[in-house]
Amino acid sequence: MRAMNVTKAAVLAAAMVLAAGCSSTSTTTDGGAAGADNGSANSYGTDANGTSGMDMNSVSQLQTVFYFDFDKSVVKQDGFSDLEAHARFLAQNPSASVRLEGHADERGTREYNIALGERRAKAVERLLIVNGAAANQIETISYGEEKPAVVGHDEGSLAQNRRVELKYVAR
Amino acid sequence: MKRIVISLWLLLVAATARAELVVEVTQGVAEPSPIAIVPFGWTGGRALPEDVAQIVSDDLKRSGFFNPLARKAMLSFPTSEGQVFFRDWRMTGADYLVIGRLEPGAGEKLAVTFELYDVLKGGRMLGHRVDTDYAHLRDAAHYIADRLFEELTGLKGAFSTRILYVTAEHFGNQKSRYRLQLADWDGARARTILESGEPIMSPSWSMDGRKIVYVSFESGRPSIYVQYLATGKRERIQSFPGLNGAPAWSPDGNRLALVLSKDGNPEIYVLNLANRELQRITQHYAIDTEPTWSPDGRSLYFTSDRGGQPQIYKLDLASRQLERVTFEGNYNARGRLTQDGRFLAMVHREPGAGFSIAVQDLKTGRLDVLTDEGLEESPSIAPNGSIIIYATQQGNRGVLAAVSLDGQVRFRMPNLSGDVREPSWSPFLQ
Repeated sequence: MRAMNVTKAAVLAAAMVLAAGCSSTSTTTDGGAAGADNGSANSYGTDANGTSGMDMNSVSQLQTVFYFDFDKSVVKQDGFSDLEAHARFLAQNPSASVRLEGHADERGTREYNIALGERRAKAVERLLIVNGAAANQIETISYGEEKPAVVGHDEGSLAQNRRVELKYVAR
Repeated sequence: MKRIVISLWLLLVAATARAELVVEVTQGVAEPSPIAIVPFGWTGGRALPEDVAQIVSDDLKRSGFFNPLARKAMLSFPTSEGQVFFRDWRMTGADYLVIGRLEPGAGEKLAVTFELYDVLKGGRMLGHRVDTDYAHLRDAAHYIADRLFEELTGLKGAFSTRILYVTAEHFGNQKSRYRLQLADWDGARARTILESGEPIMSPSWSMDGRKIVYVSFESGRPSIYVQYLATGKRERIQSFPGLNGAPAWSPDGNRLALVLSKDGNPEIYVLNLANRELQRITQHYAIDTEPTWSPDGRSLYFTSDRGGQPQIYKLDLASRQLERVTFEGNYNARGRLTQDGRFLAMVHREPGAGFSIAVQDLKTGRLDVLTDEGLEESPSIAPNGSIIIYATQQGNRGVLAAVSLDGQVRFRMPNLSGDVREPSWSPFLQ
């Protein structure tokens, strides 16, 4: 599986949804309680006008990197609304899926940081699921401190490395 | 190492014999023994690929126990007993004298003879002949250093051992190159064992020194691999969803302790290598990781944040009795034990301070902080228990450094390329 940019993935996901929609009953939802229905045989087709509230254009505008405090795995408040929007998009597009890549800064031991990165990815996963995404739309992986976004020992660099990256992927 | 191809993700590289590490001593013991190691005589016509006496001298110097005399301070260069005048050596201040000579044999063969003298008493302490060949002169030199070290300190020398370590290079476009390297203990003869565009982590050795185990992300997810050093043959041992990490070989070689999060949370497991049976060892919602075996194979020490911060715990495998081992500081992790089981080296942090290497005497409970640079990690202990090698930072690059268990001797191994991390010291090799 290969991670790709959000727009491309979203277009692809939407294409798959439309293809699926041809052979099944297409339903629309108001986007609010979409999660309640997920797992059913129905696909939620979104037309070009995005009547469902989350189209691929707006999903591509969302924040995809979420930051954490040192040795913490609590998702910060400022990431909530965009994560809810990603969850809505996933709920409405059951054939779309994301990969959550958890990372840690360089402080502390490498294996502990791998575990910490996983905890962070799972914290984001839980938020997506609570907001309507299905578990089988999400995969998590932790890279710990092995793939820093920024090289540097100052707090600014460290803060950018304590993160979860959300990437839409082709299934 | 033989060349093998695994997949497109990965490229196994044959020996790129280039020394990536050079050792420099940054701090020494108060009074290391002065010793004179005279350039060895050579009667052959062909140029020798290595300066044997220099390698011996460097080994002894880096051990921190010895202070070798500079060649320019030597009054003569004896190569046999008849040429030794103890009075001259007493004048240089040397307590001990080492002389030697190399003689060509048939084809590629060579014989190295060396002798050790007590300068003050004026007597010979040791004399040996080592049969070798041109390609193995470095091995012969490390062997000689081991013999001298053992004779003079009573400790088994660890100069013929090797280290594994990982290097990383990050390019633009989020592209990286990770290499698992194998080198002599002094960083010489480094060669690449595995190369990948995805992270390589946590290399460690089997107790017989023939196999290694590590984590590789080459498939896009972390998996645990075992690799035979002689043939390069390797096998994926564990690849569950989630974490597959921190593998540690049991002292008897039959089991691997490892970390899996397949049941939702990082837990310690023990894998029986014969029947592939997996036994779960920890049951806690906290992070449990970095297992390491006690030398008798009966307990595991591991890191857990079950108390709110990472600390090291000991679990008796038979009774399942759990005991917290570390109490000083707010971060103690990745323990490694000396082979006698007495000392536990770890990554340690005091509140408000950086990460250091510390060692705890398990008998008395006393903890000594050995380093103070602030970003130290991955301690690995020499099989003779004398030195801990670890990773630290120099600028924006990881480098390897070493410190004696008593904190008296420190030296750094600056690398020439890449970002070096996760050193793992081999056991004694046959």
